[in-house]
Amino acid sequence: MWQTLYEELKDRNFTVIAVALDSRDGDSLPWIEAANPTYPCLIDREHRVADLYGMVNVPEAVWIDERGRVVRPAEPAGAYEGFRRMDRVKREMPADAARITAEAKATYVNAVRDWVLNGMASEHAFDAERARAHVRAPTEDVARAHVAFRLGQHLTRCGQTEEGDRWLRDASRLHPDSWCMWRQRAGVTELGLASQPDFWARVDALGERKYYARVDMKGMPQ
Amino acid sequence: MVTVLTDTQTIELPAGRVEGDRLWLSEAELENATGWSSKKEGLCRGDVCVPIPPGREHDFLREGQIDAAAVWGHLGKPVVHSEDASVWVLGEAATERASTLRSLEAPHLTLPDRSGRMHSLSSHRGKKVLLVSWASW
Repeated sequence: MWQTLYEELKDRNFTVIAVALDSRDGDSLPWIEAANPTYPCLIDREHRVADLYGMVNVPEAVWIDERGRVVRPAEPAGAYEGFRRMDRVKREMPADAARITAEAKATYVNAVRDWVLNGMASEHAFDAERARAHVRAPTEDVARAHVAFRLGQHLTRCGQTEEGDRWLRDASRLHPDSWCMWRQRAGVTELGLASQPDFWARVDALGERKYYARVDMKGMPQ
Repeated sequence: MVTVLTDTQTIELPAGRVEGDRLWLSEAELENATGWSSKKEGLCRGDVCVPIPPGREHDFLREGQIDAAAVWGHLGKPVVHSEDASVWVLGEAATERASTLRSLEAPHLTLPDRSGRMHSLSSHRGKKVLLVSWASW
């Protein structure tokens, strides 16, 4: 998704940095090989980026300017929850859901381009006050969830899967808004997606609430 | 041997000694792992010092060692350890994370790529960066 944008804008003082939040060693490698991106693609088994930047899902992104200042805090990056209306057997989306999904992606990519070319003059670049208002400040439980998650991932990697799993479950309980944490434990189908019954049950339990957080961006379908 | 995961590193401390929920380290080990040390003003890192309440010194310091878990609790930061207490995570407090996020200063981040080469976000200063998460699931 980002390669085309990166190719287009890499000579305009811009880079994409993708961070893979993956459950197990090597999970993301075949995907990276297949996409063969030329921007940095980093592996983050302990979800440090989610902890430090307040991300709760994928894809979420942060805009950082030339001086290392956050211009837009973590938010869904061109995602739309049309998949919730998917035919779960055929794995097909209704035409209008697919159209809105494409529109969300295009709106987001256009906004990034506008910011790269026009900087703070872009209507999509938040000034400091607005950026601050969009920060997701963690609660004490969220901070505790992140330490539990790190311990769980560390133990799992060291072969202590049973105890590791308990910590991961604890993390998800403390930070229920984080799909990243929950999906670490979710079943993975042959398609590589956590689209097992447990996933759909959790999505359905959202009811009127959103799977991807609302994005405050002009033209973004909600 | 105790493994400690901090905000910035994973470090093995051969002289670490566990006693229940206490993690006794030498002062040098604590400072090496976390940047915090014990001074006459209290517990300090850089310019920041948090006093130890009078009479409670014994809760933190004993026979030249310092209880990292007690220090962490006193600083209001989350700490957890594995059942066998061989792995500890010393985390950051929600208030600290929140104030960093509100400062709008992009937090420092160093991660490996698929070939194991480390990348620092700060090495891209001077460019606009789209920092984006994804996953194979």
